[in-house]
Amino acid sequence: MTRSSLFETRRVLLLVCLPLTGLLLLPTAYLMARAGEVGLTEAADYLTRSGTLRIMGRSALLVAATAGASVLIGVPAAWLTVRTDLRGRRWWTILLAVPLVIPSYVGAFALVGALGPRGMLQGALEPLGVERLPSIYGFWGAWLAITLFSYPYVFLSARAGLMQIDPALEEASATLGRSGLATFRHVTLPQLAPSILAGALLVALYTLSDFGAVSIMQYNVFTRAIYLRLSLNLDLAALLSLVLVAFTVALLAVSARAERRTYPATGRTHRAPRRVALGRWQWAAVAFCAAVVALALVAPLGVMAYWLVNGVQHGETLRDVFAPLQRSLRAAAVAAGVSGLLALPFVFLQVRYPGGLSRLIARAAYVGYALPGVVVALSLVFLGARSLNVLNDLLGLDGYRSFALLIAAYVVRFLAQAIGPARTALLQVNPHLEESGLLLGRGRARVFATVTLPLMRSGVAAGVALVFLTVMKELPVTLLLAPSGYDTLATRIWSASSEAFYARAAAPALVLVALSALSLMYVLEPDD
Amino acid sequence: MTESFAVECCGLRKSFGGVRAVNAVSFALARGQFMALLGPSGCGKTTVLRLIAGLERPDAGQVRINGGVVSDGAAIVPPHRRRVGMVFQSYALFPHMTVAQNVGYGLPGGDGRARRVAEMLELVDLCGLDERHPAELSGGQQQRVALARALAPQPDILLLDEPFSNLDVALRAQVREDVQRILKQAGVSAILVTHDQDEAMSLADCLGVMFDGAVVQTGTPRALYDDPATRRVAEFLGEANVLPGEARGDLAATALGDLPLRRPARGAVDVLIRAEQIALAGPGQGVPAAVTRVMYYGTHQHVWAALDGGAIVKARCAPDAPWRAGERVALRISGPVAAFPAGES
Repeated sequence: MTRSSLFETRRVLLLVCLPLTGLLLLPTAYLMARAGEVGLTEAADYLTRSGTLRIMGRSALLVAATAGASVLIGVPAAWLTVRTDLRGRRWWTILLAVPLVIPSYVGAFALVGALGPRGMLQGALEPLGVERLPSIYGFWGAWLAITLFSYPYVFLSARAGLMQIDPALEEASATLGRSGLATFRHVTLPQLAPSILAGALLVALYTLSDFGAVSIMQYNVFTRAIYLRLSLNLDLAALLSLVLVAFTVALLAVSARAERRTYPATGRTHRAPRRVALGRWQWAAVAFCAAVVALALVAPLGVMAYWLVNGVQHGETLRDVFAPLQRSLRAAAVAAGVSGLLALPFVFLQVRYPGGLSRLIARAAYVGYALPGVVVALSLVFLGARSLNVLNDLLGLDGYRSFALLIAAYVVRFLAQAIGPARTALLQVNPHLEESGLLLGRGRARVFATVTLPLMRSGVAAGVALVFLTVMKELPVTLLLAPSGYDTLATRIWSASSEAFYARAAAPALVLVALSALSLMYVLEPDD
Repeated sequence: MTESFAVECCGLRKSFGGVRAVNAVSFALARGQFMALLGPSGCGKTTVLRLIAGLERPDAGQVRINGGVVSDGAAIVPPHRRRVGMVFQSYALFPHMTVAQNVGYGLPGGDGRARRVAEMLELVDLCGLDERHPAELSGGQQQRVALARALAPQPDILLLDEPFSNLDVALRAQVREDVQRILKQAGVSAILVTHDQDEAMSLADCLGVMFDGAVVQTGTPRALYDDPATRRVAEFLGEANVLPGEARGDLAATALGDLPLRRPARGAVDVLIRAEQIALAGPGQGVPAAVTRVMYYGTHQHVWAALDGGAIVKARCAPDAPWRAGERVALRISGPVAAFPAGES
């Protein structure tokens, strides 16, 4: 043998990963090219138009409001469940995290189903002569729908942060003469800030990329504006998408800067922190948690149940749910399987052969994930409409809206979710184990199949489940790219609640929430 | 009388979820003294430290610092009002603060603070590192920052929880010497918790040995090493050979001959002979034996020798004589030995 087989494996991985990376980046590149077709003066003119500026202003306002409100709910909730003797804190922890499984457009449906025109409240008040309610649509509706179902990002992240803080730091502060409050301000909070920020960043990114809730609430931010412009002017839609991407990049840059300013801890004692006795504040704390759970979980589920019963009474059949459910499951299963498979070479290249090129390829896989779904869908609409038409005609496919393209879009969007847990799992597999396998006379492929894969299986499975869950809930890509007639649970809920057919949206919404809850349990299980 | 003690613990008890961690611990530490609490891991020594610091509430018992009661059963003075300094096992340096901010954390604001920080950094020999963050320091440097931070507010008592366990073995000896110098210079009363008997004996003025939540013996390191109260203390403090014997007053008959006892005893005993009490010589000059194994350390060597009766003893001798396995030798015992009633652990 002239060269180490190490290099051979790396070359094979590169041969697989490089073309894939190209495919992952293609939509973004195409979007940029397309937006470039708008002339410079025209672009400048369009971007400074008051309508465009209003879209930017509304987006920024919504992002700040949802992130801020999520911190105000999530951080106290995290502190109560981790650091106090809150009664029933294990249950509160689960209940406060569960709203995460309700997609914001389902939440928006529940809100309009309760408070919108022809909603529950108006139905109840009609006999009293109330014809119109103050409108739920617009900023407040969008803010509520997004905040109530994304604050768990801050809650979970702040919890993890609180549990990670070395209790000895707070004890050291006490032995140095600082009271509990001073310790919280000078030691705990600065340690916790990165976690809070990370959670708030997730909420901000979620808000910026959310399409379903803002369009049901008719609040004209980037995603909705892009969707509405699709049929009018594709180039301007592309331009607007680029501005949205710029907002996203700016958010990521700000958080990366904040992260650079944090310093790693130098050691850690493994001792559980002492819990604060709430005393007479116990009931206030329970009331706070109960209020959040009531608004974010009980009320939406109640509204959905109400409309489900209402619909069945008025002739809706539950059978109508089966076809969209099947389509949702099929699309999610295929996308999750493909992502899980494609994640493996990326993960191996990144973990076992680190270097400049590996790092670049790893970053590329995250581009699609960082992009809002509307933008990915839009760029694939362009690509599909232009280049794939010929191909599709040859294969007898239905224009740019083909199942394969839909799956490709999901993979571009969510491959990163499959890579993340698989990468963590592989990092935990000591390379010495593989080397032992090789030294015991097994080939590389066999060592991979008998040693590496079994050890990282739960990580790969968690990633696949995560992609499955996300694809089930995904709305804009499905809406724009699914073949005609391929309506899924998500698109069914969206169209029905956009047209105020709440009874028709209820069954798919409940099914979707139930499925999300199941797969979330699966995702979370490996940690316990 | 009580005034001369920096710390007094009386009948301290503490359980965690039914497991008794500390069981009736009592001891007193004179002012300016450096005490080491020595015991195997899980013996409750860290809990004693945390009870003194006020980080845990005792189930029963009292802690007095400079004569003032700070814990009396569940009634405690909170840790931030105790004037107790603590160096944690993980150092617990605030990662988001610089070295200077860490050291100044426990000091009142004002002009004095910067001066005191500079003074402390000079004491621990870290001048010029003020603006570094803890993650940018070596383990030994982090340790000295933790020490400076704990000493800065001039605590009445300094507590050190396994402060050397996170350091490389190579670094440990140097840091140990530094710490002893710094503590003597600061003139502070201190309690060190450790499971390392070398560390405890070389650093401390007095020693408390803990097993299973109780302090079984206190005294100077020399007194405890030479005259351990139980066989377990003896074996924990250093390499020991235990041979069965028959005590007859001042002497005990063993496989190594009649050995002089430290304290008179009678009947069946276990006789404890330290490895360094056994000297090897050419055949004919003592108890005959055969070398079975040798480990050479440079500064000394360990030689295992089988007595003709079958028992194997371990000797610690000077490194110069090149003993070889199989060689016939003679063993001689120097100094008095300790004896414990047979079968006691």
